[in-house]
Amino acid sequence: MSSPDTYAGTAAEPRRKGWQFTRWHGVWGVALFAFVMFWLYGKPVARWAFSMPRDMQIPFKRWISTFMKWLVDEASFGLFTFTELTRFIAAVIEFPYKVALSFLSTGFLKGQGSDAVQILPPVSWIAVIAIFAMIGYFAGGRRLAVLVGACFGFLALFGQWNNAMVTLASILIAVPLGIAGGLMLGIAGYRWKWFALFLKPLLDLMQTVPVFAYLVPILFLFGFGPTAAVVATIIYALPPMTRISMLALRGVPDEVHDLGRMLGCTGRQMTWRVLVPSAMQGLMVGVNQVIMLALNMVIIASMIGAGGLGYEVLTALRRLDIGRGVEAGLAIVALAIALDRLSQALATRSRAHHQEGSATGSFVQRNPYTVASGLLVVVTGLIGLAVPAVQTYPEALQLSTGTFWSEVVKWININFFDELEAVKNALLLNVMIPFKRFLLGLPWLGVTLLLGLLGYALAGWRLGLMVVVLAFLIAVTGQWNKAMVTVYLCGISVVLACLFGVPIAILTAERARLWKWVEAVIDTLQTLPSFVYLMPAVMLFRVGDFTATIAVVAYAIAPAIRYTAHGLRQVDPQLVEAGTAAGCTPWQLLTKIKLKLALPEIMLGLNQTIMLALSMLVITALVGTRDLGQEVYIALTKADTGRGIVAGLSVAFIAIIADRLISAGADRMRARLGLKR
Amino acid sequence: MFKTSSIRSLLVAATALAGVALAPLPALADVESKDPIKLTLHDWTGQLITTRIMGEVLKKAGYNIEYVQADYIAQFAGLQSGDLHVAMEMWETTGKDAMEASLKTGKTVDLGETGMDAKEEWWYPTYMKEKCPGLPNWEALKDEKCAEAFSIAETAPKGRYLGGPVTWGGFDDERAEALGLPFEVIHAGTDAALFAELESAYQRKAPIMLWVYAPHWAVAKFKGEWVEFPEYTDECYKDPKWGTNKEMAYDCGKPFGWIKKVGWKDGEKKWPGAYKAVRNFKIKNDEMSQLIVEVDLDKKKLEDVVAAWVAKNEDRWKAWIK
Repeated sequence: MSSPDTYAGTAAEPRRKGWQFTRWHGVWGVALFAFVMFWLYGKPVARWAFSMPRDMQIPFKRWISTFMKWLVDEASFGLFTFTELTRFIAAVIEFPYKVALSFLSTGFLKGQGSDAVQILPPVSWIAVIAIFAMIGYFAGGRRLAVLVGACFGFLALFGQWNNAMVTLASILIAVPLGIAGGLMLGIAGYRWKWFALFLKPLLDLMQTVPVFAYLVPILFLFGFGPTAAVVATIIYALPPMTRISMLALRGVPDEVHDLGRMLGCTGRQMTWRVLVPSAMQGLMVGVNQVIMLALNMVIIASMIGAGGLGYEVLTALRRLDIGRGVEAGLAIVALAIALDRLSQALATRSRAHHQEGSATGSFVQRNPYTVASGLLVVVTGLIGLAVPAVQTYPEALQLSTGTFWSEVVKWININFFDELEAVKNALLLNVMIPFKRFLLGLPWLGVTLLLGLLGYALAGWRLGLMVVVLAFLIAVTGQWNKAMVTVYLCGISVVLACLFGVPIAILTAERARLWKWVEAVIDTLQTLPSFVYLMPAVMLFRVGDFTATIAVVAYAIAPAIRYTAHGLRQVDPQLVEAGTAAGCTPWQLLTKIKLKLALPEIMLGLNQTIMLALSMLVITALVGTRDLGQEVYIALTKADTGRGIVAGLSVAFIAIIADRLISAGADRMRARLGLKR
Repeated sequence: MFKTSSIRSLLVAATALAGVALAPLPALADVESKDPIKLTLHDWTGQLITTRIMGEVLKKAGYNIEYVQADYIAQFAGLQSGDLHVAMEMWETTGKDAMEASLKTGKTVDLGETGMDAKEEWWYPTYMKEKCPGLPNWEALKDEKCAEAFSIAETAPKGRYLGGPVTWGGFDDERAEALGLPFEVIHAGTDAALFAELESAYQRKAPIMLWVYAPHWAVAKFKGEWVEFPEYTDECYKDPKWGTNKEMAYDCGKPFGWIKKVGWKDGEKKWPGAYKAVRNFKIKNDEMSQLIVEVDLDKKKLEDVVAAWVAKNEDRWKAWIK
């Protein structure tokens, strides 16, 4: 009991200038000493500080379950109930979805279910490929057209066409809604400061609470089917758009504001005619993120009735048909690449060709692309009536990797299993398990207060208090041990991701050719559903923490590489030159100048790596880890809403604590290096 | 409202009778409602087969069918709200909790057993018999040498038993303790992970002991056997005094688990005939295993396998929709 007082006492002392440096050393010395003493000898005295006793836990789980039940069954606005409202929203979303699905996959139908009769066939595969290639040509020239055509061609060639079109239909609805919603919230947050303050924690939660945690309530509210999947996708994919909108709008130069005011713009004109176009470049980054995240959701969306490629991946791997799983997974990657490159090219084009827009000539001359697309659809549709191969890609021409991938895994398995097992055992027995035991042995009270002290030291009492409250909430809901296993898994994975990622970035950042390859690989890793490589990993490394770590590292390494490379590239060349002139060796240039100056970006990359690692948690539960991810997964299988949300919030709290502490640390570092941001 | 519906159901009954009496073809289009009945499809072959068979049979009876891909557990949200209507396979081990919770809401209804019994037990590949000759008798596993043959670095000298995901229950930790088996129980996270490990071990002819259930393609693909534990009885799980260990329960094998059908409650009023057919649906383990093998190992098309079954078993399904 005495040690907590020690922290409180020392931490509450006001800071004094001049003394600050040595003083903080003293504070940390005392705090750490007290912590270690408490950790070693406190257990008999204050058992409750190590593991939260059951009767001290607050039953949030039950409260949330009761609240959800009330919301679904009883909540009412007088004229209509809450469920009716959400069902109405679902119906509004469902209409455009059905239209998109009819165009791309099912064709236009009369009637429902197995009684339905097709009135009009869907757009033929040739027309879809050609139209997307044309958009590519329009936006980025011949090279982009070929790339996009090849991506869609891949879908047809490997027999994933229909699944891919189902997925594309839901993406085509979710992405624009996510972009529009995100932009609206972003503008509102830009206009009103209080709204931005309210928005920030909400966005954090939307991104960090695992989707599995709120899947069941969403299904009740929005109905079972593609619309619920679209809603879940929007919730997950919208936050970066909002964040980036606020950032981009704030970044619009003052001169532009002044210009708008001088021209006498109204508020609305100012927003839509002046600010949004000026911030376009930033906004497009958000668009890209929405597309990527929406495609990340494909697997989970398929579990709640969206079907498509995600379902194909799940069924294939359940049969251990690795080849089919890889093909369906790569089809998702192909879609992601095509849509991403298209959106980026359209953005560049819209900036470059902003003033052109010729209004002369006939309708055909003015709209060559629209006319060509329309013709294509009609012509291939008509030919398709006579020649089925034009309508649907013929099965006889489909390719398959067959058992190739299974054989590859088998070959590695038979020839190298022992070597892999040795590496695994070395890491597991010497590093991972001891670290896990260490974390599990720590008293929650001590850790909470120490984190609070860190927050206070980095950014004042507000941060300190927030960290303490969040950590306390994890403990008081009885999630502490699972949270520690989570921290252990994510911690190890993040360290490994940085150990591999940062050197890769250093080696390739300034070699443009090599970088292209690296970028392609990390794009693939981020969009390929982890389930695809998780099952081969189980075959080679058995179920357990090690396999989970591999999956997390594979997914979370991308930002570690990307941000480090970005940071290194934007180091002021003059400073590097100055270093060269001063006679630095390449090693010194790297360690003394480049890495130091890139540190804030690297820290941001670290932050993102942690966020992605945490978002992979639920997936790791599939290979038998015992962390919060598993808790969320169990709650899902028992349809226990409260339990799922409490565990999901705990994940979010860990993410928020890590994020705030790292951001505060990065800010201080920037200040010390004299960098402005 | 009442009048019309009762007249309608009378008509339906009459036409159904007439159909049975007069025509060999089922009475097309004379069903209670032409709204599509939504059957859920999950991600394993056996379930896809049962659901498609049921769907095709209901189509023959004139019902409008729609297949919806849905997660095994998440589907209950849809079944309760009426967004989904019938789920064909709910396994005792994996789905009992969710199903009971759902039945308690009063919005779903138990549509009876499918006739299949899920066999679930500790399983090993045949080549392991060389290292542990006493198998399949469970007492062979008490031998330390035998257990060590199943060990890996993390568990040595104890054997390693890969159990199902924690959510499946199964009392394997208790079983190992009660029977005095020197085995450590590890839980796989998912079904897919479980069989990925089996495939891996089998390729290397490496030791493995794990939870295998049937009907499943693995039993047909890999040669192996279930361990023979003392046979399950209700007392064994409830009464510690029962069996070899007088102080602990669970000193026996696992029970056969039911596989049930579940549906949206109000659907029974909307499509009484269809629900009756679903209740009547029965299929045998061996039959199902054969169908699964045809799809998963012989790589036949699922639709073709189902169509062949429907063509061959006309008498049986006609009785369901009578």
